[in-house]
Amino acid sequence: MYPIVRKEKLADKIYLMDVKAKRVAKACLPGQFVIVKMDEEGERIPLTICDYDREKETITIVFQTVGASTERMAQLNEGDSFMDFVGPLGCPSELCVEENLEETKKKSIVFIAGGVGTAPVYPQVKWLKEHGIDADVIMGSRTKDLLFYVEEMRKVAGNLYVTTDDGSYGFHGVGTAQLEELVKEGKTYDHCVAIGPMIMMKFVCILTKKLNIPTVVSMNPIMVDGTGMCGACRLVVGDEVKFACVDGPEFDGHLVDFDQAMKRQQQYKTEEGRAMLKLQEGDTHHGGCGHCGGDK
Amino acid sequence: MDVMKRVPVAEQEAKVRATNFEEVCLGYTEEEAIKEASRCLNCKNAQCMKGCPVSIDIPSFIAEVKEGNFEAAYQIISKSSALPAVCGRVCPQESQCEGKCIRGIKGEPVSIGKLERFVADWAREHGIKPTPADKKNGHKVAVIGSGPSGLTCAGDLAKLGYDVTIFEALHEAGGVLCYGIPEFRLPKQKVVAKEIENVKSLGVKIETNVVIGRSVTIDELMEEEGFEAVFIGSGAGLPRFMGIPGEQANGVFSANEFLTRNNLMKAFKDEYDTPIREGSKVVVVGGGNVAMDAARTALRLGAEVHIVYRRSEAELPARAEEVHHAKEEGIIFDLLQNPTEILVDENGWVKGIKIIRMELGEPDASGRRRPVEIEGSEYVMDADTVIMSLGTSPNPLISSTTKGLEVNKRQCIVAEEATGKTSKLAVYAGGDAVTGAATVILAMGAGKAAAKAIDEYLQNA
Repeated sequence: MYPIVRKEKLADKIYLMDVKAKRVAKACLPGQFVIVKMDEEGERIPLTICDYDREKETITIVFQTVGASTERMAQLNEGDSFMDFVGPLGCPSELCVEENLEETKKKSIVFIAGGVGTAPVYPQVKWLKEHGIDADVIMGSRTKDLLFYVEEMRKVAGNLYVTTDDGSYGFHGVGTAQLEELVKEGKTYDHCVAIGPMIMMKFVCILTKKLNIPTVVSMNPIMVDGTGMCGACRLVVGDEVKFACVDGPEFDGHLVDFDQAMKRQQQYKTEEGRAMLKLQEGDTHHGGCGHCGGDK
Repeated sequence: MDVMKRVPVAEQEAKVRATNFEEVCLGYTEEEAIKEASRCLNCKNAQCMKGCPVSIDIPSFIAEVKEGNFEAAYQIISKSSALPAVCGRVCPQESQCEGKCIRGIKGEPVSIGKLERFVADWAREHGIKPTPADKKNGHKVAVIGSGPSGLTCAGDLAKLGYDVTIFEALHEAGGVLCYGIPEFRLPKQKVVAKEIENVKSLGVKIETNVVIGRSVTIDELMEEEGFEAVFIGSGAGLPRFMGIPGEQANGVFSANEFLTRNNLMKAFKDEYDTPIREGSKVVVVGGGNVAMDAARTALRLGAEVHIVYRRSEAELPARAEEVHHAKEEGIIFDLLQNPTEILVDENGWVKGIKIIRMELGEPDASGRRRPVEIEGSEYVMDADTVIMSLGTSPNPLISSTTKGLEVNKRQCIVAEEATGKTSKLAVYAGGDAVTGAATVILAMGAGKAAAKAIDEYLQNA
C-alpha cells in the first residue's frame, strides 16, 4: 500500500497528493510518470510526476477530475492509501539529464503549460533552475479559478507569463498567442516544451513549426500497463509507430500525428460517460444512459 | 470399459459456457481419475517422461492415483513441478507427455494432464502444501518476473534454503497466468492465486509494482541491496503488429491489451472500472493459443468472432483442445487468409478488413509450408474490432539497462540452455526472455535448470 501523506485542492476539480513510494522517489527524474490504481476494482491511471522528495520518499501527483475514476480518487484523503503505485515509467525528459547539461545550457528554452499540464512542467523547470538554467514559462488556463502553482512556478522560472482564455487573470488569450507576442517583441527561443491537452499541444506545434522552434511534447494517450506490453498507447511519430509508455512520453512535436492520437484518445468515451453517470447517480442509477441494461 | 479410450472428462456445455467466464473443463472425479489411471501400463522405460520438460515421474504418480493415494501422488509431482494445477490445464500435452504415451499408438493416450490437474486440485481442496526448507542458508537471490519461470526458479531455490525475492512489474503476480490466459481456462482465484500462495509458503517474498530497469536496475540490486545472484524471467511481452494500413484505428488492439483488460483488470465484471471494447463483429488475426484465448474472450463478451490465419488447420500452433473448444463455441475459422489493410471510417474507427486468400508453397526454415498470396483474391469483411495476435518478443527495458548483458538480434537474452547462465556473472535467465514466446512448461523447465545452476554457483563461490 502507498499512503497519501498530503492532499490539497489546488483549484476547481484539480487535486494534489503527496504519496509515499520509496522506490519511485529514489529513482525518478522529471518527465517520467507513474501508474496508480486505487483499490481492487480500480483501473490503472497514468499520471505525470509533478515533484518528488528523495528524503521523505514521496512523489507529488496532480490530477483533474475528468471521469469516474479520477472523481473517485479525489475522494481519498490524507491517511488513505493507493493499493498500487508503480514507476517511474517512461524516459526522463532529455533536458533534465546530467550528461546533456552542457548542451542544455546553450539553449534558450520556453515551456508552454496548458491547464493541468502545469504540473508536469514544474519539475522540469525546477530541475533546470537547480542546474543554473533560467527557462521562460507560459502558463495557460481557461479561467482564473483553474490556475494553480503560479507562485511555485514564479520561483523557478526565468520569466513567467500567465494567460487566461477569458482574460480573468494575466494575458488575455491562449498560450500560443502569448508566445507569438513574445517573439514579436524580439524574444528568441531555440527550444520549446509544450505539455497540456493534445489539442493545445497540436496548436503549439503548428505555431512553433512556423517560428522554426524545435518543440518537445509530452503525450498522454490511453494506457493500461505502462511497461510496453500492450500497445494501447501507440502513436505515429514521423513514419514510425511508437509506444508512448516506453519510447516517450516526450516526442518531437513536429513529427507527432496529433489527429490520429486525438481520435485514439476518444476510444472509450461512451464507456467513460456511462461510468461517470453511474457514479453520480449511485443507487438511483437506472441506466438512463440507455446502454448498460440497468433498466431492463 | 474400453481401455483404448480415455475416460471422458465433464465439461460445461458449449452453448452455456459461450456466455460465461467459468472454467470450461470441470476435471475428473475421484472415481474417474482412478479409472483413467488404471489405463496406464506403468512402462519401465517411460516415454511420457521424456516428453515432459520438467521430467515429472509420471508412471509413479499415476500408480499412486490408481491406488487412491492422492497425497502421495501430489508429493511425487511436487518434486518436479511448482505449478501442477496450472500445467495440467495449459500444457500442450498432445505434443509433450501424452504425445509419447504408448497407449496412444493403437488407441488414445492416457490423460496425463487431466490426472495431474486432478491430483493438484485434490491437494488444494485438502489443504496440502509443499514442504519448506528446514533452515535458511543466508544467501539472497533476486528473481525478475513472477511468471512460470520465475515462480519455479524461486520455489526451487527457497526449498534449498535461499532467501528469495521476486520483483514483479504489474500489480499482481503470475505473469501470463494472470494477464494472458483467461479465467475460463485457468481460474485466477481458485487456481493461480493458490499456486502462488504455495510458492510464498516456501518463504518466497514477492514485491509487486517494481519495473526492473526503471524502479531499480539489476546492477543496483546486486551492488546496493545485497543480492548475490539474479534470475531474469521477464518473459516476452512486447506485442507485434502487422504494419498494414489502418492498424492505428480505434478498435484495433493487440491481443495482450485485450486480454490484459479482461483477465488482469477484470473488465468483464461490472464492478471493475477498466473498460473493454465488446465489439459486435471481431476479427482475430493469428492462430496460436493467444489468438484462441482472445477469440473466445470476445465471443463471451457477445461478439461474432472470426479467426483469420494465414496457414491451414494442420499448422495452427494452438493446443488441439483449445481449437476444438473454440469451434464448439462457434468461433468461425477463416484459414489460409491474411489481412492486407484495415478499413477505417471517418471518425477513426475500424469498419472492415481487407483480406487476401493464401495457398501453401514450399516449406520454410521452420519446416512448415510457407503461405503464398493468391493474386486477385482479395475481399472485404465487415468488422468493428480487430485483435492482432501475431506473437510477442522480449521487452528491451531490462537488457538495455543492465551492463554487460548480451542479447541476440531478436532482443532475446543470450543464455546457456542447460544452466541459464548469461554473459554477466551471477546473472541467469530463462523462459520466454531467452527463447521468445513459448510454453508455460518450457519456461518452468528453464526456471528449474537455472535454480540448480544458481545453487551450484553460490555453493562454490
